[in-house]
Amino acid sequence: MKRRVVVTGMGVVTSLACKVSDLWSAVLAGKSGIHTLSVFDTTGHKVKFGGDIPDWQTDGYIDRKDAKRIDRFTQFAMVAAIDAVTDSGLDFSKEDPFRCGVVVGSGIGGLNEIETQNERLLTKGPDKVSAFTIPKLMLNAASGHISIKYGLRGPNYAVATACASATNAMGDAFKAIQYDDADIMVTGGAEAACTAMGLAGFANMRALSERHDDPQGASRPFDADRDGFVLSEGAGLLVFEELEHARARGAHIYGEVLGCGASGDGGHITQPDAMGTGAARAMQAALTDAKLNAEQIDYINAHGTSTPLGDKAETTAIKSVYGEHAHKLSISSTKSQLGHLLGASGGVELVLSLKAIENNTCPPTINYTTPDPACDLDYTPNVPREREINLIMSNSFGFGGHNATIIAGRFAG
Amino acid sequence: MASVLERVTDIVSEQLGVDKDKITPETSFVTDLGADSLDTVELVMELEEEFDVTIPDDAAEKIQTVGAAVEFIEANQGG
Repeated sequence: MKRRVVVTGMGVVTSLACKVSDLWSAVLAGKSGIHTLSVFDTTGHKVKFGGDIPDWQTDGYIDRKDAKRIDRFTQFAMVAAIDAVTDSGLDFSKEDPFRCGVVVGSGIGGLNEIETQNERLLTKGPDKVSAFTIPKLMLNAASGHISIKYGLRGPNYAVATACASATNAMGDAFKAIQYDDADIMVTGGAEAACTAMGLAGFANMRALSERHDDPQGASRPFDADRDGFVLSEGAGLLVFEELEHARARGAHIYGEVLGCGASGDGGHITQPDAMGTGAARAMQAALTDAKLNAEQIDYINAHGTSTPLGDKAETTAIKSVYGEHAHKLSISSTKSQLGHLLGASGGVELVLSLKAIENNTCPPTINYTTPDPACDLDYTPNVPREREINLIMSNSFGFGGHNATIIAGRFAG
Repeated sequence: MASVLERVTDIVSEQLGVDKDKITPETSFVTDLGADSLDTVELVMELEEEFDVTIPDDAAEKIQTVGAAVEFIEANQGG
């Protein structure tokens, strides 16, 4: 029999707030974390806005020497993980280290370090490329550093499925506990791709919004006038714990993880399947895994990136899975407030979905002004909605055709 | 202009995250400051850049202390 898995700790790093309670309040208030990018010089860039974290500092979390040896995305992961572990009340010195693991996703990994060292390589020569280049840029550095911080020696790896990374990672962490490979997993995602190359690369794909005159209105998922996603950075980390282990220590339980599903589009490297077939498959697989009927889900935190094709395909997919119930669900995309944290987005979105359960409140999709006939569901426009929320679904889809869905519910004993 | 010792001390302090008042010519990078193999490679690179010298690998292996680094730099710095 599969073991039960609950969430006992949560931590976030976003451009809107770096504490879960502050983030929840800001998201409900409809605030936007989008602004003119300032962590690098955007001269010559077509798009100059996004959700970067300009005053980032790691004091009190990572010591000065280590911070120099850790890329920005891993710093985000570490800070969010430390907050999540603190929140959980766990003392890892009292746990069997081989029963505690880490799976953190990232879409790209250490892009800042790649760019910095490439500049040194080209201007100063190969002998001046830092000895820390590889251990900083590697995508698995976040999982590695979190395990080193706490001495965790259970399952430890990274997941890279672009913007689905965090959700795929959390699905794996969930199963590691279900199938008795571990009792505790620190999991989620981290991303720091607000860099010159990251911004230019996404902009030249025509993937980004070009609403230059209104950056805070640029991320408008499901709205008829949406024109692309907004590039953001940050992390969302959670502590997943086996139920009896959590109970034995009297831990606060935010909710229970009930199922996950994954699929591939097998179609195009960046364009979503227009009918959302792969996305629907991931949602259906998660429902089957959770032994739930679609009619039981109350709220979907959509992938909803604000791209013309993606939001439409996700809507089509939701309708194909949920039928009539699609119109009774509450749906929202918190990317409307936060922009797109790429491989970190699923982690932050599961945190917000668990807060939605805790507060029986759906966070809104802000910037929703003009309905799109192709997106005709209830996206919780502009203001939060109070309703009973016992079961949530969170979707994440990534370039590469990766689709990942996770389902969580109110912990009812 | 700051002395070679002062400039080496600044770099060691910055690279290894230790207060300057804990660094003397006798301070060993590995034994006293806990530098690992990557730290020492990085430190040598920083010293080369700051003083515009080349520190070959066999010489770098012998530079175990702040004082040894200062001696090497003073003996090899271009005039």
